[in-house]
Amino acid sequence: MNIIELVAQWFADPAQWSGPAGIPVRLAEHLAYTGLTLLIAGAIAVPIGMYVGHTGKGRIAVVGAASALRALPTLGLLTLFVLLMGLGLMPPIWALVILTIPPLLAGAYSGIAAVDPTLVDAARGLGMTEWQVLAKVELPNALPVLLGGLRAAVLQVIATVAVVAYINLGGLGRYLIDGLAISDPVRMFGGAILIALLALVVDGILAVVQKFAVSPGLADRRRRKRRETPTVGAVQGGM
Amino acid sequence: MKNLSPARRSIITAAAASALALGLSACGANSNPLEEDTAGPAASPGVSGPLVVGSANFPESQVIGEIYAGALNAAGIEATTKPGIGSREVYVKAVEEGSVDVIPDYSGNLLLFLDPEATAASADEIMEALPAALPEGLSVLEPSPAENKDAMVVTKATAEKYQLSSIEDMGPVCDELVLGANPEFAERGYGLPGLKENYGCEPKSFEPINDAGGPATLKALITDQIQVADIYTTTPSIEDNDLVVLEDPKNNFIAQQVLPLVSSASVGEEATQVLNEVSAALTTEDLIDLNRQVSGDEKRNPADAAADWLKEKGLAE
Repeated sequence: MNIIELVAQWFADPAQWSGPAGIPVRLAEHLAYTGLTLLIAGAIAVPIGMYVGHTGKGRIAVVGAASALRALPTLGLLTLFVLLMGLGLMPPIWALVILTIPPLLAGAYSGIAAVDPTLVDAARGLGMTEWQVLAKVELPNALPVLLGGLRAAVLQVIATVAVVAYINLGGLGRYLIDGLAISDPVRMFGGAILIALLALVVDGILAVVQKFAVSPGLADRRRRKRRETPTVGAVQGGM
Repeated sequence: MKNLSPARRSIITAAAASALALGLSACGANSNPLEEDTAGPAASPGVSGPLVVGSANFPESQVIGEIYAGALNAAGIEATTKPGIGSREVYVKAVEEGSVDVIPDYSGNLLLFLDPEATAASADEIMEALPAALPEGLSVLEPSPAENKDAMVVTKATAEKYQLSSIEDMGPVCDELVLGANPEFAERGYGLPGLKENYGCEPKSFEPINDAGGPATLKALITDQIQVADIYTTTPSIEDNDLVVLEDPKNNFIAQQVLPLVSSASVGEEATQVLNEVSAALTTEDLIDLNRQVSGDEKRNPADAAADWLKEKGLAE
């Protein structure tokens, strides 16, 4: 029997679909860790990104910090936090948060910074306060880029949440880590397939959300602009 | 050539010269590996020359390898080391092929590698079963009392609270204890199934911690997030933190005595005697101490740590 058939058999086994180590529970755990990580990382990264994008202050520091965070090895961080804080839910989650901040920060910052300055000037000219400029002009205009950053972050987290199984948490990573520990490639393969499927499905959902969340007027305006004044479009594209 | 202008001629000369130079450098590039190959016979199988002492790809094995080589050299038997060869699959083959003459190994795991169906568990049973399981041309020498195996480890406080000195004592109170170990412990025969079968012990819960009894496991044990941990018996943290290794009277964790795996043809009587003396002198505490030197903060060179140990035991000067 080849590995594909064995994996199919693994999925077909009803024992796989119930109990505290069953696929539904592992899937729910995986999504819960992902959600929690994104919430915390979003609460940190998005305001900072918006502030920097809006004011232009601390741009170099933020870009530098985001790149530096990207370079940290997640598994190393995970072990470090466990050594500092002990076992539990939060040490691995903090390691994932650090991994998730860079794409969210980059999305929020570059989205806001890339908004056409003439629009911002016009908004100020109309007498809008800075908050209004941010909320009513910059944020809606930045949404496509911001959501792009979110999608990248979500994919990254779903794929990486598997590492929390390295130290006593659940999630789909359990199939990978336990399968590796007892040399059971079928279980590892099954876990990998589940993670990949989950990532694809969630990314698909986010793509639809992204499509509907962006103001139709904005999409319209962009199209028109590109058609009528190619130079502006080119500049925008370049940013 | 007569008709060629001087300029032409010099071009040809230059071309010839550079071709020659290229040829030479190509030769130079090739000659090194060739030389290494031809220099090989001195250390290669069958030919009498220095004994080659190998070691597996982890520090403890490397120190023991250095100890073997150091003792042999001190006894006037020339020996060189070939450290960090790889895993058991690789080094058993190396001994069979004769590129390595001696390598330290662990009795239980060696037996299970050679015969996955083996049921021997105690030190004596394993030593009885080993010779028959070994491929032709290989043999094992006297085992050392030093052992590196999985063990159930608790803090001193836990040991006192529940009056634990053996896993047998743990049986009745197991349901109050959280056990932390590598993930495979949940399913392997010596793990949770073995504890249940041999000692009637079913822990309150099992926490998989994938660092082979390393710092994260230790942290969880010391902070009482887990009460029992699977830590290898030669890990310095056991001594450093005053941890209690529980006895295993039913050999749930099979014996893993340190012993030399040798190529029978190249290790003579004299060398055998030297290695047997080393095995007799080596203890689990010694391994803890050696591991602390080479894997701890000090990161000592295994050869230096081995030399000190040999001196201390009077096996070398």
